Amino acid sequence: MSRLPSRRALLTGASAAAAAAVLGGCDRLGNAEWFRRTLKTGEDANLFVQRLLLTDRTLAPEYAEADISPWFKPNGTEDPPDRDYKALAKGRFAKYHLQVDGLVEAPFRLSLAELRKLPARTQITRHDCVEGWSAIGKWTGVPLADLLKRAKLKPEGRYVVFHCADTMDQGEDNGGADTAEDGGSDETIPAGNANPAMTKQSGGGESRKDSGGQQASDDTAASGGSPVRYYESIDLVDAFHPQTILAYDMNDKALPVSNGAPLRLRVERNLGYKHAKYVMRIEVVESFAHLGDGKGGYWEDQGYAWYAGI
Amino acid sequence: MPRTYLTRSAPDTGEVERRRWMFRHPVVIRVTHWVNAICLLVLLMSGLQIFNAHPALYWGKVSTFDTPLMGMSSTEDDPPKGVTTVIGHSFDTTGYLGSSTGSDGEAADRGFPSWATLPSDQDLTGGRSWHFFFAWAFVLNGLAYLLYGLVSGQLRFRVIPSRDQFRHFGASVWEHLTLRFPQGDEAKRYNVVQKLTYLVVLFVLLPVQVLAGLAMSPAMDAAFPFLLTLFDGRQSARTVHFVVAALLVLFVVVHVALVLLSGFWNNMRGMLTGWFVIERKVEPAPVTGETRA
Repeated sequence: MSRLPSRRALLTGASAAAAAAVLGGCDRLGNAEWFRRTLKTGEDANLFVQRLLLTDRTLAPEYAEADISPWFKPNGTEDPPDRDYKALAKGRFAKYHLQVDGLVEAPFRLSLAELRKLPARTQITRHDCVEGWSAIGKWTGVPLADLLKRAKLKPEGRYVVFHCADTMDQGEDNGGADTAEDGGSDETIPAGNANPAMTKQSGGGESRKDSGGQQASDDTAASGGSPVRYYESIDLVDAFHPQTILAYDMNDKALPVSNGAPLRLRVERNLGYKHAKYVMRIEVVESFAHLGDGKGGYWEDQGYAWYAGI
Repeated sequence: MPRTYLTRSAPDTGEVERRRWMFRHPVVIRVTHWVNAICLLVLLMSGLQIFNAHPALYWGKVSTFDTPLMGMSSTEDDPPKGVTTVIGHSFDTTGYLGSSTGSDGEAADRGFPSWATLPSDQDLTGGRSWHFFFAWAFVLNGLAYLLYGLVSGQLRFRVIPSRDQFRHFGASVWEHLTLRFPQGDEAKRYNVVQKLTYLVVLFVLLPVQVLAGLAMSPAMDAAFPFLLTLFDGRQSARTVHFVVAALLVLFVVVHVALVLLSGFWNNMRGMLTGWFVIERKVEPAPVTGETRA
């Protein structure tokens, strides 16, 4: 019996030491590029399997009026600091135009009033943030498919990119990946700030500063250090989905600035960060490799999966 | 016959030999056991990382934010206090939940502390990458185990109690409470408490855990709306996912404790090499019934 405690103490000590070593090892592994790429195969599998399970027409659940959340939590950018945007907002978006271009036969511009005259779709859907919370809202807007049909896609067009008005602030790292629906922090920065140091590297602590981040600053420098604005991309499956709309109304009222006025994307069946707010321009592209860090979106450039169905 | 496989014994050297070797765990069982152990640990810790991105739980379709079922937060004090609220009751959990010291030695606002999460620093996207990769590994490994278990008959032998075992349910519970485990022939098979526990873990907790996880995916909810009906909404599914994770932790704690108490080296050898020693019952039993030195 007397042998037992010492053996037990030995085991406890050994397992504590092993646990600490394993934990440190896991963090190191998680920072290694090859291992990160290995882990990402899990997210590739998510896309592959979910695309098999969902048809192009499978609808996200829609809810009743009674289910609408009394408060639809705004996340990410809640008030774009950009001067141009502020001017538009001041004029109640009378001078706003949505630009549709890229790999299309007939690029066009539409004002908000013109958008409101087009056939609309209204849907009450649930918004799921990557952080874990959900809210239900009622959205009215123009089906993206209608706009794309009007612009006539060229055959090489594969992705639809949403360019947004809000410049993302990179200055202060808050050390947490905790604002991942859309946008960054609320700190105001001068519009058109051409400081390359400001771009990228937010929200994830040291582990983000990997080779990808390095490449980011190189790219930024090469492209003249223009400020990074929020952007997102979806493929044609999601773009032509019947519930994919550009919403100008939320809960029967004009979309508030905090939720993305004057126009935001609703791409149901996806997590919140895909639902770009403050959409200014829709561009059809063959590949998004030349945009930002080439991962297809602002948060994707920070390491989030391009496919956000889970 | 699975039974003969499980009781395949080394040559018995006769009456003097009180120990008998038994080949208990075929290689598929051993490999899937350890792969599963790794998967569950990674899924737990990366799951806590994901939870930390919004450390609150709700019931129903949506989040109410102000009135969670359970939530963790930190106060404005210096140093900040960690507060955990469960159904309206608040507890000071400084250092563990809500606020704890990070790897840099600074107090940080975080649900679970850095030693419990993977990666240790706040990193939602990292946590998600670990979680999804190991979720796939867990599911594929689990399917391999189930397929092998069904085809070989191991599963039925291992987890379905026989009628005579059911009759001794009370006695088996008592054996666990008093830490006196079956010996001799009875030790060749899992006892009734063991079998029922594995049965519940395998066919209730783990499937519910997978379904609740899938119910949190907006795309899966579109493909299979019954997931939302099953869990009464996405936020309830998230809560169920958390609670079942806690139950699995409880299972693992008891499992490891019993492995330690019922002969650690023998159990470990069994799960590593397959070979397990059966202590023969000494007859006639001593007055106290104790057979161990």
